[in-house]
Parts: sequence; C-alpha cells; structure tokens
Amino acid sequence: MILQLEHIYKNYSRGKNSVPVLKDICLQVEKGEYLAIMGPSGSGKTTLMNLIGCLDVASEGSYLLDGQDIGAMDDNALADIRNKYIGFVFQNFYLLPKMTALDNVALPLLYAGVPQKQRRERAAEALKSVGLEDRMNFMPNQLSGGQCQRVAIARAIVTNPSLLLADEPTGALDTTSGNQIMDIFHSLSENGMTIIMITHEQAVAERANKIYRILDGCLITDMEGGSGDGES
Amino acid sequence: MENIRLAFQGIWGHKMRSVLTMLGIIIGIASIITIVSTIKGTNEQIKQNLIGSGSNVVTVQLYEDSYVYDMSYNSPPAEVSVIEEQVRAELEALDGVEKVSFYTSRQWSDGVSAGKLSFSGGVFGVDSAYMEVNDYHISYGRNFSSEDYDNFRKVLLIDKKAAASLFPGEYPIGKTVEMQGEPFTVIGMVEKGTAFVPHITSFEDYYMYTDTSGGSMFMPYTSWPIVYRFDEPQSVAVRAESTDAMTKAGKGVADYLSESQIAGDDFVSSEVPEEGAETEGEELSGSRFSYRSEDLLEQAQQLQEMSSSTNQQLIWIASISLLVGGIGVMNIMLVSVTERTNEIGLKKALGAKKRRIRFQFLTEASVLTSLGGIIGVIIGIALAELISKTNGIPVAISVPAIVISVVFSMIIGLVFGLVPAVKAANLNPIDALRRD
Repeated sequence: MILQLEHIYKNYSRGKNSVPVLKDICLQVEKGEYLAIMGPSGSGKTTLMNLIGCLDVASEGSYLLDGQDIGAMDDNALADIRNKYIGFVFQNFYLLPKMTALDNVALPLLYAGVPQKQRRERAAEALKSVGLEDRMNFMPNQLSGGQCQRVAIARAIVTNPSLLLADEPTGALDTTSGNQIMDIFHSLSENGMTIIMITHEQAVAERANKIYRILDGCLITDMEGGSGDGES
Repeated sequence: MENIRLAFQGIWGHKMRSVLTMLGIIIGIASIITIVSTIKGTNEQIKQNLIGSGSNVVTVQLYEDSYVYDMSYNSPPAEVSVIEEQVRAELEALDGVEKVSFYTSRQWSDGVSAGKLSFSGGVFGVDSAYMEVNDYHISYGRNFSSEDYDNFRKVLLIDKKAAASLFPGEYPIGKTVEMQGEPFTVIGMVEKGTAFVPHITSFEDYYMYTDTSGGSMFMPYTSWPIVYRFDEPQSVAVRAESTDAMTKAGKGVADYLSESQIAGDDFVSSEVPEEGAETEGEELSGSRFSYRSEDLLEQAQQLQEMSSSTNQQLIWIASISLLVGGIGVMNIMLVSVTERTNEIGLKKALGAKKRRIRFQFLTEASVLTSLGGIIGVIIGIALAELISKTNGIPVAISVPAIVISVVFSMIIGLVFGLVPAVKAANLNPIDALRRD
C-alpha cells in the first residue's frame, strides 16, 4: 500500500467562515496502480492533489504515504518527503528558464544531497528515458511544449519516487504532444511506477487503469478505466 | 558555490537593474575609499614634511609666557643671559643630542634690500655649526671662515629663494645687500641637503611657510650686532641622534637652558602650558621666561588628528549613501521574490527546504552588494589617483580600508537581504505554484 487516505477533511477559512473543500475522502492506492482523478473546476481536485503531494496538510483524517504519517510532519520534513517519495508533473511544466534541460532535471537530486557527478549521470539517464538524450544542453525556451513536459517528467522520475503525481499534464499541449506524454506515462506504469493523474479530459483519464471522480469535495465514483462512462 | 553561480547569472540577466541597485553601494564605497586614501596621503605628507626630512632637527626657543619672545620689538630680557660657548659641550652630552647650533634670528626681515628689491624672509645670525646641524650645503661660493667670525665681516650666505627675490636672473655672489643701511656682501649660496623643510614654530607657520616662505639669509653671529642688537639670547637648533630621540633631545636641551640661562629663577617646566592654563607656580616664580622645544612629532600628530577628524565626518556622510544603497537592495530583492514566486514554489515542491531558499536569496543579495563594493573600491582608487594627479594632494591606498569596505558591503547585503530572503523562504508552495 503506497497511499492510504482515511476520512480526510479539508476546510479553508474565509474570514470567520470555514468553507469545507474536501469531505470524508477515503482513498487507497496500491503500488504500481495508474489512476486518474476527474472533476470539474472547483470540485476540490487541486486541493486533493496538494494533500496527496504533501504540499498541504489535511484538517482532519489521516494520510499514510509509504507507511509514514504525513499529518504529524513539519515543513522541513514535508520537503524531504516530497523530495524522496513524490515526483510532480505540472500543467505549465515549471522549468527554470535559465537552466539547461539537464540542470533542470538534476535539481531534485541537488536537494537530496547527491554529489554533482552522480546528479549529472542520473539526470542524463532520466532524459534518455523520455527520449531527449539529444536535447540535454538546450534551454527551456529552445524546446517545444511537448519536449518541456518530457523534461518535467524526467525531473519527476529522476529521484525514483514512490508516486508520480501529474496535474493536467496535457492541459497546455496539442493533441499529438499530449498523446506522446500519455504514452510515456503508460510505459512508466508498465514498468511499475505508481501514477496519480488529475485531469478533466475524459480521453486522457481513460488511459488510466482506474478513474475516480470528485464532485463537491466528495470522491463519488470508482470505476475501471476504459469504461467510457460519465461526463464532466 | 552553485548559489553564487546562480546569483551571478541573475545579476547578469538583469544588468540594468543590477547596476542601478548597486549604484548606492558603489557611490558609498567609492567615496569612503577616496576619503580614506586622501587622509592617509595627507597624514604621510605631514609626517614627511615635519619629521621625515632626515635632518632630525628640533628648535629650542626662548618663550615669554606661552609666546616665542620676539626680539624685533623687545630688548633682550635682563634675566636671560647669552648662551656661552662652554654650554655647547654640556648640551651635546645630553641624552639623544648629537650636535647643537646657537643662532639669533628675525622671522620677518625689515630694511633688507638690494637695489629696488626688498627681502621679506628670515635673517639668521649663526655659529659655525649651524650649516652642518641644519643640513645646508654650499652650492656656490664659500662658507664662513674663522676670519669672517673673528673680524666681524659683513658677509652673507643666502638660499635659493632669497637669491631669486633679490637678484632675479643674476649670479648673486659678490653682490651687495643693504641691511638696515649696512652693506653686506654675498659670499655663497646654500641649499638643503634634503628637500626643503620649512622652519616651523606653530600651525600658522606650517601653513604660511609651506609655500610662501621668502627664503633665508645667514650672517656670522659676530656680525649680528652691527645690524641688530648686542647680547640677544640665542635660539638653539638641536640635531637629535634619531627621529625617535627628537622629543627627548629637544626637551632635555630646553630644560637645561631654562635652568642655566634664566637668572634668579626656579626651574620652569619646558612643557608648553595650554592656553589660559598658566600655572600659578609660574607666576610666583618671578620669571616669565623659559626655553621650550618645538616638538614636531607632537605637532605632526595634532595635524594628523585634525585632518582625520574632519574626514571622519565625511565618512559618516558617505555611510548614509551605503544605508540608502542597502534599502535599494532590499527593495529590489523584494521585487525579485515576487517575480520569482513560481520558481520558489517549484523548488519547494521539489524538496528545497526553507533554509536553502533563504540562503539562495541571501547569497544573491550579498553577491550583488559585494560586487557593488568591489566596483566602488576600483572607482574610489581611480578617483583618489585622479585627485592626486590634478590637485597635488598626496594619496595612499589603504589595503585594510579596501578589505573592510568589501566585507562591509557584503554585510549590507546580508542585513538588507534578510527580509526578502525570509519572505521567500516562508512562501507557501501552493500559493506560489498557483500564481502565473
């Protein structure tokens, strides 16, 4: 069991009022699972992703990641958890514009305290696995959107995380590049990577093994991927 | 190291902004370096002028109360006797004293002329040791002979400046100078062995004599009464064994003379009393006279303190520019934090700890200000050299000042970078990533 969310609540306070965003979320993810979470905007899917990504902590409930209780951790411990266990892929890539592709990919290893020589080797390997071995020393502005997202994926997997967390990974891409990205996720999944993908595109979600739906802060359906059921 | 490299990249990426940000620091450091260099240069010049001439000569003069007794307007005081020849050996036996010379003088000559030109420098009646003690050399003509002394000959030695003012463009030797109506013949020209060192008796003299001294002329002391008075108590030029012995030698001679030359009088300290603080003991002792030494070392230090204290105020003013520069750095770093919210959010998401983010921004701020400091030092040195070239003010570059300046500008970066760095480190990664 990689991920275990039990009765998670999350409230945001707006002035005196406390607005519930997530209500009684229970979610268990096994190692090697590939699942998609769908939901319209405002449904709380970003909040859920932040919780799973250890960028935020729940108001109530317990969250175990690889057996560790996240709720009890301070900022620095959370930073370590993110660094070791989670790889992030964002809609807007978030590559640092003044670094080469290789340096961007090596960045998480710097925070993990890996020596420079190893950092470069591992980053090069990760870039190779997303098919960008000939673009290592390119700056982000010399790369296409699809290539940027592949660099971002390389950065996410370079630390060998337990969980790959993707937030609308194809949202900023055209269909062809989007499909390439989805193919990479597919092959990562086949190699045993646990992937949670947040999206509002049905076609993208259908590549996953499992689809969850979130509506008004509740995780409501649980179905096998590829069923083609439901609209958002 | 990685951070420093990134900081340089950031600075290079915003050249215009970085230069403007650094400007306050650059100006502050540059002015401080310029001021410090000028102070140091001036101090070294003062020291060289006053004591570094190599002649190590201290002047011991007769004082009435706290003023040099001026023989131009006063008769020789009855209780002060003329220094006899046998005193010389006793003075030269004093600790630190190498050689002494007795002389009488007028600081501003009166009634000295050649043709239509008149002379307004100093006139000295000197013994045969004078030229050696004061490091004068005969450049043309001859020195005084024992016959000149024995026969009260009306002969003169003059220096370059005196020659220039009385005999411009002429060979002065053999020419006649009228001294209070008495014709004197110039028999030689003298020149200081080392650089010209003005005859200094006070601060005012220092400023007056540095450039505008009218020169000096010398006659045998035996001929002095022909023009001036009989039995004038002499001043003493004391050549000390070393620069460090000057103070001791001067005071020793002054004390000895005060005791032996001033009649019916208890010993009076050779220390120059402070203005308005004349001791009652002195009044009671009956005599208002004493011999005192001109302590050039002390004067040099006082002059140095004077120039340092005015310049220290300038340094404080320059420091305000550093403060303003620091605030500018803080401002631009805050802007930079806001601009780079996404970057900070991403780094935190990837596992960067607060400490690392804080350190990154502190490094950036201090690299920025250190760079400003280094540029400021370079500009300051260039300015100081320029000032020394154009104004003739001597300049000495102070290495400690340079090191302190650069370190200080780095500290400014750390201090004023702290607020932006803490702000960056405390950004919530969720908020930071959400912004676009």
